[in-house]
Amino acid sequence: MSDLTKKVHFKIYRYNPDVDQAPYMKDYHIDVPADRDIMLLNALFLIKNEDDGFGYRRSCAEGVCGSDGMNINGRNGLACITPLSSLKEPIVVRPLPGFPVIRDLVVDMDQFYKQYEKIKPYLQNSNPAPAQERLQSPKARLKLDGLYECILCACCSSSCPSFWWNPEKFIGPAGLLQAYRFLADSRDDHTEERLAELQDPFSVFRCRGIMNCVDVCPKGLNPTRAIGKIRSLLLQEAL
Amino acid sequence: MGSVRNITSYSGNGLRDWLVQRVSAIILAVYILTLVAFMICHQNLTYGDWSTLFSNLFFKIFTVIALFSLILHAWVGIWTVLTDYVKPTWLRGLIEIAVIISLIGYFIWGVEILWNIQGVLF
Repeated sequence: MSDLTKKVHFKIYRYNPDVDQAPYMKDYHIDVPADRDIMLLNALFLIKNEDDGFGYRRSCAEGVCGSDGMNINGRNGLACITPLSSLKEPIVVRPLPGFPVIRDLVVDMDQFYKQYEKIKPYLQNSNPAPAQERLQSPKARLKLDGLYECILCACCSSSCPSFWWNPEKFIGPAGLLQAYRFLADSRDDHTEERLAELQDPFSVFRCRGIMNCVDVCPKGLNPTRAIGKIRSLLLQEAL
Repeated sequence: MGSVRNITSYSGNGLRDWLVQRVSAIILAVYILTLVAFMICHQNLTYGDWSTLFSNLFFKIFTVIALFSLILHAWVGIWTVLTDYVKPTWLRGLIEIAVIISLIGYFIWGVEILWNIQGVLF
C-alpha cells in the first residue's frame, strides 16, 4: 500500500437470488486515493474490480440520469455525487428501501414507473397545436422551476413510508411532484381531469407530510410543497 | 385513482376526509384551549365550578360538537393507520368495525353523561 492510498471500510448489501438463500452484508476494505476525494460511485467501481459479481446501476456518473439511487449510511442518495469524505466508516450501502431487489443494489422500479405513468406525465391540450409552438410567458414558465428538474431517481419515493406500505395506491412524492408540474403548466388545459383522478383517499392524501422526500432529494426539490399545492387546487375546485 | 371506491374511509373521498380532519382538529384545539383557560381561571377547581360550566347550554353544545369532531378525527386517522399497517383484509375489516362501534358508543356515552349534569345551585 503506497502513501497515496488509504483503506476504507465498506459494508455492502449483497443478494443474488439465483445463488443466495438470503441477503447478507459483505465487508470490503478498499484502497482509495488518499490525496484527493472521490465519489462513492468511484469506490463502488473499485469494489467491482475486486469482486466482479457485484451489481449496481450507473450511467452518467454526474447526478443527471438518476440511475445510481441507493441507501448510503441509512440515507437515500446518488452515489455519483456523494463524496467519500462526507461519509462515516464503515460506509453501509444498501439498495433503495421498499423496492423489490433484483440483485445486490439493483432494484425493480416497476411500481415506481407505474405510479409515474398514472399522472399522465405529458402535456395535454385540447386546442389544435399552433403552427410553431405553444407560447408561454416567462412568468408562467417560472412556475415550473423546482418541478421540471426531477430526474426520477426514486430516492424520495423510496424514503417515504406511505409509499412503502401502499406502493400500488399512493402515487408517491416523485409522481406527485410531476403531477403538479403538469397542473402548473400554462400550456396544459386538462387541469380538471387531472385533479379528478387525484381525489381518492390514497393517490395524494396518503401523504402525511413527514418530508423525508424533501430531506433526501439529491436535486434539492420539494415534493411536500408540490403535494400541498395539489391539495390547495383540489380544495379550490371542490369548496 | 380510478380504483374501487373506499367504502370504509370516512367519506370515500380523500379531499373530504382530509378537510374533515383539519376542521375537526381546529375545533378540538379551540375546545381544549377553552378548557385550559377555564382551569387557569379557576385555580382551586371545585365540583361546583365544573358542573356550572358543563350545565351551561352553550358549553354543552360546544362539548357535543367537540365530541363529534373527536370521533370523526379519530376515524380518519385510525382508518389511515389501519390501511397502512394491517394488510389482511378480514382482520382490517374486523378492527374497523370494532373501532367504529366503539367510537359511536363513546359518543353516545359522552352525550348521556353531559345531559345528566345538573347545575349545582349555591
